[in-house]
Amino acid sequence: MEYGLDLEYSFNEFLKGFGLSSEIAHIIWLPLPMLLVLVAAVVGVLVTVWLERKISAAAQQRIGPEYAGALGVLQPIADGLKLLVKEDIIPAKADGILFTAGPILVLVPVILSWLIVPFGQNLLISNVGIGIFLWIALSSIQPIGLLMSGYASNNKYSLLGGLRAAAQSISYEIPLALSVLAIVLMTNSLSTIDIVNQQSGAGILSWNIWRQPVGFIVFWICALAECERLPFDLPEAEEELVAGYQTEYAGMKFALFYLGSYINLILSALLVSILYLGGWGFPIPVELIAKFLNLPINAPFIQVFTASIGIVMTVLKAYLLVFIAILLRWTTPRVRIDQLLDLGWKFLLPISLANLLITAGLKLAFPQFFGG
Amino acid sequence: MSIAITTQIICFIVLSLIVLVGALGVVLLESIVYSAFLLGGVFMSVAGLYLLLNASFVAAAQVLVYVGAVNVLIIFAIMLVNKKEDLKPINDIKSRRIISTLICVTLLSLLIRVDLTNVWNLASPQNSIGEESTIRIGEHLFSDYLLPFEVASVLLLMAMIGAIVLARRDVMTKDISTGLPVDQELIEKSSEPLLTNKN
Repeated sequence: MEYGLDLEYSFNEFLKGFGLSSEIAHIIWLPLPMLLVLVAAVVGVLVTVWLERKISAAAQQRIGPEYAGALGVLQPIADGLKLLVKEDIIPAKADGILFTAGPILVLVPVILSWLIVPFGQNLLISNVGIGIFLWIALSSIQPIGLLMSGYASNNKYSLLGGLRAAAQSISYEIPLALSVLAIVLMTNSLSTIDIVNQQSGAGILSWNIWRQPVGFIVFWICALAECERLPFDLPEAEEELVAGYQTEYAGMKFALFYLGSYINLILSALLVSILYLGGWGFPIPVELIAKFLNLPINAPFIQVFTASIGIVMTVLKAYLLVFIAILLRWTTPRVRIDQLLDLGWKFLLPISLANLLITAGLKLAFPQFFGG
Repeated sequence: MSIAITTQIICFIVLSLIVLVGALGVVLLESIVYSAFLLGGVFMSVAGLYLLLNASFVAAAQVLVYVGAVNVLIIFAIMLVNKKEDLKPINDIKSRRIISTLICVTLLSLLIRVDLTNVWNLASPQNSIGEESTIRIGEHLFSDYLLPFEVASVLLLMAMIGAIVLARRDVMTKDISTGLPVDQELIEKSSEPLLTNKN
């Protein structure tokens, strides 16, 4: 399956042209995609924050930010700058080391997970074999950071928020992993690239959402719960807990939490689009269009074109899901903690288990449709 | 020496140092919360060592199970039952510490001896399977290692039943271990404030 752009190869060849060894070329190459993805993630957060402000305004029949740039597009940058220059306060009775380490532990695993998000056949940082499993493992580190900051703040609201966050994250990780497992079962691989390629056969018809409708819904609910978005934002429920584990934080440390939660939201949306909505695939296969127009699929300009379509499609699908998440946030009430745990353990867990079993059965019965 | 090998050696030294210092910290630190968080750090660095050995699946499983589940639950439990208790001073603390140190050093020397005398059957780097190891692990778990794998799940089931028994003491009138009648009110009310007073 070696087709599409391979930027790394071309870049290395280009540097070798200057007489550099392949090792040096590799070292120069390595930080580039990482930086690019980091910038993409931060820009994605800015866009999401703006969307959140505008859509919430529309949902509440307000205008929303208007004066900072056209339609208020510069508002998120102003927010970020404000947080950047704010005084960094560590409460006198807080535990300084843990208080500082907490937000870092929350943010770093989320950013690391971008390692496996593909925007095209070769457009990802690293096609690691354990792919999607890496994301599940990394996202399980986050509750430690939340517990740490909740404890270190030395504040009852913070501690309760941290404990709630950990309980919620542990409860929803299991149905999440089980619904991913059903996809992996159909793909015969953990790699995100293989998962997308498995759905690329017949355009929109071969997307996993048709074969895994239950898994799609379970995954989306669990992803929202893992991101602590309303209706599942109990850890920071402002009416009950002030702001949960974030109560004592200010300035850049608070910004790390803020950034972490939005990067996590975008990441979850991207992963839903990769797992269930065909990733970078166009609703009609690009190869089919190229054949229809009598264009050679391997020509350089076609490859650049398909790669850009791939990036646009991935981002478009992800932002469609972000839009749904924002609408949900501004239109639904919060669930109670007992309802949250009931939903996780008594409803989603059995359903995702049954979904996994049925998928395995269907795979045996119809290997051509469910990945033999 | 190539750049890749140098990087590997540096990573190995850093990770091993974190494991050693962190593990010592887990044992020696006074604060139980610090010990628990350091334990998480130790688990993470062990996962890093697995990554250096090309066992990426084992590394991710280590993070998921030990950091994401075991360590989170340990911290969770510590924070839920974090009562400030004045422990009684122990008279012969010094002799106890000496004895436990002796036992630990003996165990360590035994392990070192096993490590040095045993001939390890190491696969050469050319024969390592790398990414394919995920499939191999799966095959082994469902064939020759099926019984140990299933027995481990029975262990987890027992732990779960134990937890349910502890949590639902109201269905029993007598304490299992002591035989005394169970204090029914204890389950409902939290007598101590949740957070400890920090010094």
